[in-house]
This record gives sequence, structure tokens and C-alpha cells, in this order.
Amino acid sequence: MKWSEFFTSSVGKKLVMALTGLFLISFLVVHAGINACIWANDNGVMFNTAAHFMGSMVVIRVLEVGLFAGILIHIIQGYVLEFSNRSRRKTGYTVSLGNKGSRWYSRSMGLLGTILLLFFIIHWYHFWIPSRFTGVHETPMVLPNSDGKEVHNLYALMKETFSELWVVIVYVFACFSLCWHLVHGFQSAFRTIGVSNQRYLVIARTAGIAFAIIISTVFAMMPVSMYLGWVE
Amino acid sequence: MESRSYMEHYSMNLTLKVWKQKNADSRGNFETYQVKDISSEMSFLEMFDVLNEQLIREGKEPIAFDHDCREGICGMCSMYINGRPHGPWHGTTTCQLHMRAFKDGDTIVVEPWRANAFPVLKDLVVDRAAFDRIIQAGGYISVNTGVSVDGNTIPIERENSEKAFAAAACIGCGACVAACKNSSAMLFVAAKVSHLALLPQGDVERKTRVLGMVAQMDKEGFGSCTFTQACEAVCPKEISVMNISRLNKEYLLAGLSSEK
Ligand code: SF4
Ligand code: FES
Repeated sequence: MKWSEFFTSSVGKKLVMALTGLFLISFLVVHAGINACIWANDNGVMFNTAAHFMGSMVVIRVLEVGLFAGILIHIIQGYVLEFSNRSRRKTGYTVSLGNKGSRWYSRSMGLLGTILLLFFIIHWYHFWIPSRFTGVHETPMVLPNSDGKEVHNLYALMKETFSELWVVIVYVFACFSLCWHLVHGFQSAFRTIGVSNQRYLVIARTAGIAFAIIISTVFAMMPVSMYLGWVE
Repeated sequence: MESRSYMEHYSMNLTLKVWKQKNADSRGNFETYQVKDISSEMSFLEMFDVLNEQLIREGKEPIAFDHDCREGICGMCSMYINGRPHGPWHGTTTCQLHMRAFKDGDTIVVEPWRANAFPVLKDLVVDRAAFDRIIQAGGYISVNTGVSVDGNTIPIERENSEKAFAAAACIGCGACVAACKNSSAMLFVAAKVSHLALLPQGDVERKTRVLGMVAQMDKEGFGSCTFTQACEAVCPKEISVMNISRLNKEYLLAGLSSEK
């Protein structure tokens, strides 16, 4: 069997979704870990140090390319699957099966993914583009023990961005979508890579739900804490 | 089943909305019928027999529907009843569904399986030959297993024999496809692949089998599995989606270890 046949089969396409999905999940952990530094409540010193470290390491920059490739493949393949799967039933039912056998979020991965994609565009516009390309306009920060070297004050940018209520609402809504996307995606990925052992699937399902709730709560609490002034 | 007891006998009048379609090329539409004095002890198909006799007496065209064994083993009785393949009862085929599942005055909507890969031939009859072609692509054992031997001469691990047996219960009815939002045939194919891969007789061809059957499934125009698990919920033989995980594993191992 040729690689091309393997990865374009219905099972192979799902494998691509599962592997890129799991890779993106690992990125979420790193992202949440770094952002959690805002709660050090040290006026952003720890957070800006971590962000600067991530931005200046060559290895991380290379990984960033991998990350974008992963996101892009996950999005494109997701839409390819969504549209091709939808086209398999030209005439629909008059009475739909609805929730009689599946959960709404399992049937709505395309919708949840689209919400996340729209959110990413806003999110990149808020943070990633200024930090990489257009520059952060907030006063740079001098990190302690850095011989007076100035770095982007992403912390100040965060505070500025999350001072607007609509932005906070959009971010919290996106975290909500992320949670449901992960509740389905996490365990489904393991089934797709062939885990057919009841014991491990129970672990994958439980871990998936716990991960989805924890990670989206951690992300959602960032704009909320900033807006409500819980961090300095 | 509502609050009524299984033993209670009653009769009912019903309104049926049934999909009528002259042939594969015509558009089709719902027709409404009234049936009277239907016994709670009749099967759903017997209720259709009563309706068809009534239509014949009135000089009208009876409704075409598939059926054969009427005992839940052939998989022919494909009807999508009130928004669920095979009707409201769990783990039951249409022919085994009894009218006590309904009550007097109910309206029942009956549609054919809907999937491009299962085109409607007439009324509620769909063409499920795609499943036959998937079986022809590998759902069998072609190695010589010798003359038929005594049941227990080939030792098979109990756990595997039970899993294989549970998978072998699939009757190829197509309800999994009918229920799936992607019209995926994965539960059916997974049941067949698992059934044979778990047994020593099927082990020899397990790689070519899974690759062949998945390729044919894709060619027939079924969608891919996104694990909504609607298939398992409606399967009259309660085939587990665990078989789909197993199919994925078989496919990955076969595909990645392929020498060509
Ligand atoms: S897996 Fe279940 S629903 Fe699908 S064809 Fe087999 S018996 Fe029917
Ligand atoms: S008629 Fe054979 S399973 Fe229903």
C-alpha cells in the first residue's frame, strides 16, 4: 500500500486528524503553563521572562513552524472531512435522529472548530502578530538580572487587551468551545489511533474530560482575572 | 415502551406518514394513511401487511418494503421509524418491533435508509448491494481450513472467541449507516473485520482483508467515522464501537507494515 493511498483513505484521513489533534493538545499544555505565570502577581516579571525565553529560543521558533503546520493541517483536513462527510447523504431525513444516539458536541466538531478558528484569528491579531511583527506598543520591560535588556511587555498588552468587556466575553466563549471540542476530540483521537482496550479507553475518556475542563478553565480565567483586577 | 406493561393487550388507530417513491429516478413524497384496530401484539411489519391489504382492497398501490426472515436475523427490514432506524426499541430489528411500542392515536413517520451509497429503489426499499461488494473485497476466509472439524478441536482463547462471536452477530442491516451523520459504514466493516481477525482461521488474511474492505467502503461512497457513536446506539445487534477501534488498529498495522 502506497503512503498516498494510506493517508487519503477514510481511516488515514482520520489518523491525520488524531495525530495533529494530539500534537495541538500538547501545545495547549505549554501555552497554558507559560500564561499561568501571570498569577505570580509580580507585575508580569515572571510571565514576560517566560514569554521572552519562548520567543528567543531557536528550538522554540523551529517548533513554532511545526505548530503552525499542525494547526493548518488540522484545519484543512477537518474541513475536507466535514464537507465530504456531509455530502454523503443528499436527501436528509424528515425526522432527525438528534440526540437519540449521540451527543451534540460529537456531532458539532466542525462548528466548534470553526468558532475556534475565528477566535484564533482574533487572538493572533491581539498577541502573536504584535509580538512577532508589528511590535508591542506598551513600554518595554527591563527584566531583572538582564543587564538592562528590554523585552516586549506582553503582560501590559494582555492587561490592555483584557480591559474591554467584549474581548473577555469572546475569549471565555472560545474557551467554552475549546472544552467541548476537547471532550470529544481527546478520546476520539485514541480510538482513531487504534486503542481498542476497554481499560485504556476508560482512562482516555476520563482524562479527556478532566483535561478539557481544566485547560479551558485555566485559559478562561486569564482574561477574567485581568478584567476583574485579580492580578497586579 | 411507555408505562404500559408488556402483557397488556389493546388495539389502536394510527396515522402513518410513509415515504412513497415510484422508482430510483423519481422524486418521492410522504403519503398519509390511516390504519384502524391494530393489535398491540402485532409486529410492525404485520401492521404494514394489514395496511397493504387495505390498500389492495381499495385498488391502490401497496407500499414496497424489504423483509425476509421476520425473526431478526436476515437484516432486510430497513425502516427508519420516527427518527430512528428500526424504531424506538433498543437492540431490536423492525420485524421484531411490536406495536405495543405505540399507543392509540399516534402518528408514525416511516422513511427509507438515507445515504447516497444506499439509493432508494422504491418506497422504503433501498439498494444495499454496496455491503455485498465490501464483503466480496475481503470479508471471507479463502485459505483451506480442511474438512469441517469438531467444534472444539481448534483451541481459541475464550475472550477472543466471545468478542468474535459478538461481532459476528452483525446482520448487515445498514442501520449504522442510516443513523450516522456521515453515512459511514465503519461499524458494519469493523464488525466483519473483527469477527475474522480475532479467530485463527481469519488471521492469515487479516492484512489484505482490512485493506481491501476499507478501500471498497471508500469507493462505495460511505463517509468516514467521527465517533459520534450513533451507530452503536441504533444497532439491532448491539455491535460495539470498540470494533471500530480494532479496525483502525488493524488498518494501521496492515497499512504501515505493507511492503509495497
Ligand atoms: S453493525 Fe449493526 S447496524 Fe450495522 S449492519 Fe451490522 S447489525 Fe446492522
Ligand atoms: S426481516 Fe429479517 S431481520 Fe427483520
